[in-house]
Amino acid sequence: MTNLLAAASSGSQDPLIPTITELIIGSIAFLVVFGTLGKLLLPRIQKTLQERTDQIEGGLDRAEEAQAEAARVLEQYRRQLAEARHEAARLREEAKEQGAQIIAEMRTEAQAEARRLAEAANAQIEAERQQALISLQAEVGALATDLASRIVGESLQDEARQSRVVDRFLEDLEQRGGIGARASR
Amino acid sequence: MIGDVQVAAAGSGGCHIFSGCGFPAPSLDSFDFTPIFSIGSFHFTKPMLIAVLCAAIVIVFFGFAFRKPKIVPRGVQNLGEVALFAVRDQILRPSLGKRGDHFLPFLMSLFFFIWFMNLMEIIPFFQFPAMSRSGFPWSLVAMVYLTYLYLGFKNQGFVGYFKNMIPRDVPTWVLGLLVPIEFLRYFFIQPFTLGVRLFANMFAGHLLLLIFTLSTWYLASLSIGLVYAATSAVMVLAVTVLEALIQLLQAFIFTTLTAVYIADSLEAGH
Repeated sequence: MTNLLAAASSGSQDPLIPTITELIIGSIAFLVVFGTLGKLLLPRIQKTLQERTDQIEGGLDRAEEAQAEAARVLEQYRRQLAEARHEAARLREEAKEQGAQIIAEMRTEAQAEARRLAEAANAQIEAERQQALISLQAEVGALATDLASRIVGESLQDEARQSRVVDRFLEDLEQRGGIGARASR
Repeated sequence: MIGDVQVAAAGSGGCHIFSGCGFPAPSLDSFDFTPIFSIGSFHFTKPMLIAVLCAAIVIVFFGFAFRKPKIVPRGVQNLGEVALFAVRDQILRPSLGKRGDHFLPFLMSLFFFIWFMNLMEIIPFFQFPAMSRSGFPWSLVAMVYLTYLYLGFKNQGFVGYFKNMIPRDVPTWVLGLLVPIEFLRYFFIQPFTLGVRLFANMFAGHLLLLIFTLSTWYLASLSIGLVYAATSAVMVLAVTVLEALIQLLQAFIFTTLTAVYIADSLEAGH
């Protein structure tokens, strides 16, 4: 410290007092820096920063819009999907009903057909039986008469007598057959 | 420091401890340089070279960073933007708010010019904080001083600026004391402390580094002195780290106070 004081008093200038050349050079150097930064460089970067802010804000807005749009579309799709499901369920139900109806219809139709067929068969059988009965009656009559005339030797040409005899014989036959059948049981 | 050490060593004739010569302590002469060249009575010295160089470095750096700025920053632009945001958000906005954004060029120029000038203390080959030559801090203080006085008179009116210096609701008898104090504060104390703080910090820092580097040189002899020299060398490293911090801090303080003074001028404080 004494060294410093000694140096200060021994001719060296007071360090707090500036030299004029340094003041001037310092001022000029600073002003050149200030001028270049203030007029040339910082306006550019500040413009860029402003643009960046705008773009980011714009980007955020666009993203928000897109999100809203997506949500809207999703909602729409969900609604459509629900509608489609509903429709499908309805169609299935309808098809089921229709199927049941068709089956029922076919069943009744088939039943009616079967009944008709059975009735027709019955009627035919009856008719054939009647026919057979009639032809049998005539044939049996003729046969019996023939046999009887051969056995008895008596001509049974007379119509009336012939039919009377045939009837009586048949009655007998029936009675006997009926008794026989009952006895055999 | 190497250059200075060698100069000092040469000056003291390679003087070491136990060789019968005293410690060549640094003095004000350590802050005086022989001119690099002279034009008439104008002497261009090392501190001036550093000042010109620092201005160039600031311009070149921000030139590269902001010459063709991109929306999506690349390379140096990233670094430049970090620098810009640091000054804007840590220095400008706290005292001036968003409305003070047009002072950003002024504050950025101040901060980086001062910081680089200070940094030169620990940059090899330069190793001298230009701000320890008082002409440089005073030239900056002059600009800050004129700026905040101009803004004060412009925004508050000539009479209003003086009036607003005095806090309201003060008992009349205090005014006798307060008026001169506040007047002194705005017109003399603020600029004086602003300049001296920066100058003295850099001056003292350089002196401190000089003392330990010169000691290292002085103590280095083939004796127990080597141990002292090693200790001194460790101190050089420690002080260098400390100085690196102080250089940034002083640039920050100078710029922050400038922002505060400007804010004071834009509207009545208190």
